[in-house]
Amino acid sequence: MSLDPATVRRIARLARIGIDESDLPALQRELNGILGWIEQLNEVDIDGVEPMVGTGHAALRMREDVVTDGGARDAVLSNAPDAAGPYYTVPKVVE
Amino acid sequence: MTYLIEGRDGPWELVVGLEVHAQVISQSKLFSGASASYGGEPNTHVSLVDAGFPGMLPVINRECVAQAVRTGLGLKARVNLESRFDRKNYFYADLPTGYQISQFTHPIIGEGAVEIELADGSTRMIGITRLHLEQDAGKSMHDQDPARSFIDLNRAGVALMEIVSEPDIRTPEEAGAYLRKLRMILRYLGTCDGNMEEGSMRADVNVSVRKAGEPFRTRCEIKNVNSIRYVMQAIEVEAVRQVEIWESGGSVDQETRLFDPVRSETRSLRSKEDAHDYRYFPDPDLLPLVIGEAWVQDLAAHLPELPDAKRQRFQDEYGIPRYDAGVLVAEQATADFYETVARGRDPRLAANWVIGDFFAALNRTGRTIQDSPISAAALGGMLDLITDGTINGKIAKDVFEEMLASGETAAEIVERKGLRQVTDTGAIDAAVQAVLDKNPDKLAEYRSGKDKLFGFFVGQVMKAMAGKGNPALVNEALKKVL
Repeated sequence: MSLDPATVRRIARLARIGIDESDLPALQRELNGILGWIEQLNEVDIDGVEPMVGTGHAALRMREDVVTDGGARDAVLSNAPDAAGPYYTVPKVVE
Repeated sequence: MTYLIEGRDGPWELVVGLEVHAQVISQSKLFSGASASYGGEPNTHVSLVDAGFPGMLPVINRECVAQAVRTGLGLKARVNLESRFDRKNYFYADLPTGYQISQFTHPIIGEGAVEIELADGSTRMIGITRLHLEQDAGKSMHDQDPARSFIDLNRAGVALMEIVSEPDIRTPEEAGAYLRKLRMILRYLGTCDGNMEEGSMRADVNVSVRKAGEPFRTRCEIKNVNSIRYVMQAIEVEAVRQVEIWESGGSVDQETRLFDPVRSETRSLRSKEDAHDYRYFPDPDLLPLVIGEAWVQDLAAHLPELPDAKRQRFQDEYGIPRYDAGVLVAEQATADFYETVARGRDPRLAANWVIGDFFAALNRTGRTIQDSPISAAALGGMLDLITDGTINGKIAKDVFEEMLASGETAAEIVERKGLRQVTDTGAIDAAVQAVLDKNPDKLAEYRSGKDKLFGFFVGQVMKAMAGKGNPALVNEALKKVL
């Protein structure tokens, strides 16, 4: 699998990463290098092997339905660069 | 009933599928211990998990899983004992993590079905494709500041069930019937309050059109429609729009649209490029969700009686017509009220009173069955007086109005106002004679063959007796004399 420049540009846009047109060839080379390395896994024969989604046979642990958290607005807003009263704010987004 | 859109080149058929987002009733959120209740102070029902702080790990709420399973059972759907969570990636200011935890490839609930009933009495099955658990997003406010949007994360992370139907719906009416039925089932189950105005149930509507016998054509998705009426309107206008595009030689683009009820039109919502490119992948923070068969069976054993079953039982047990039974089971509280009235009494009389005068009184006074001015026991007490002959049906209506106004029991009112039915044949005969004496002309007309006047005489006698005569005895006495 090999990525063309248009695909690299699209991946960057989906991730909201601004890249310079002049950086494209280098990024394309790096990403293709990573993909090529990962693709070595295709050499392994996995016919009839169930996909592994975790170690061992562990399943999701569940918690009881009780309120144990919240009421900590200051902590929640502690990293907000531009909080207004009880709210986060962001530059206006209107669709 | 077929619903066809008449185009220039002939009729077009409508194809609709619905995705309903139903907010799960629970104390806390799907993956955090913050409160899931509505209406807290901004950003107080938020944990650092919901706010997307680094290093925070989600832990699933057992009750939310149980609610999804209950809903699946109520939709007669397959419960998947193993399901998984995926990340749905997109950027929006009210989604702090940059992804929504959802179930893409392995939902907790598979295929099911909902039976809908239409105005003409016919029924249809609408297939359910799947139900999966996912997180709600926060709320953005755009009208607080000229340059900024304000974000409240109280709703972020609250559990939603996304219930996806097959594209089985063919008319706006069917879409409305499906949503009403689904909402009824959710309310019976206690898994979602179904309140569309408050946004705890929202619908995305997939619409396409085709000529009879064709495969499906391209569909458009109308997002976040928040009332049943708007869903029906949106389908109508979107179908007409698509027919116009196809007939003018164009083609419909698959896109997300928005319904504007004021202008009664749909508009393109997002740039088509990149839409639906959510780059789903399995959430590495969450192991597969594995639930036990025994637990599912236990949840099934404790499900309440659902609307379809209850309606059938009302028909069988109480001998009331299907339509009446349907009206009575529309809400659980109404069904319970009816059963309290009907128990040990004439169930048809009970149904007539509950659906008739009682519902009318609630409407008139703007009350609901929860704060009804007349209790089921009180209404039942009045029916007892009808059945044992203390009052007749006509007086009962007056007694009912008096109960509504004063809150007294029927027996107290009958006693206080002296409304007891007259069954003394002597008194009835006297009243009959008095009426005949007063109306010799009418009597002559009757005797010369004007049979219809019988009703006039019944009315006059009842009037003379202030409505308290036993109708059967009055009829009998009149027949004898006439």
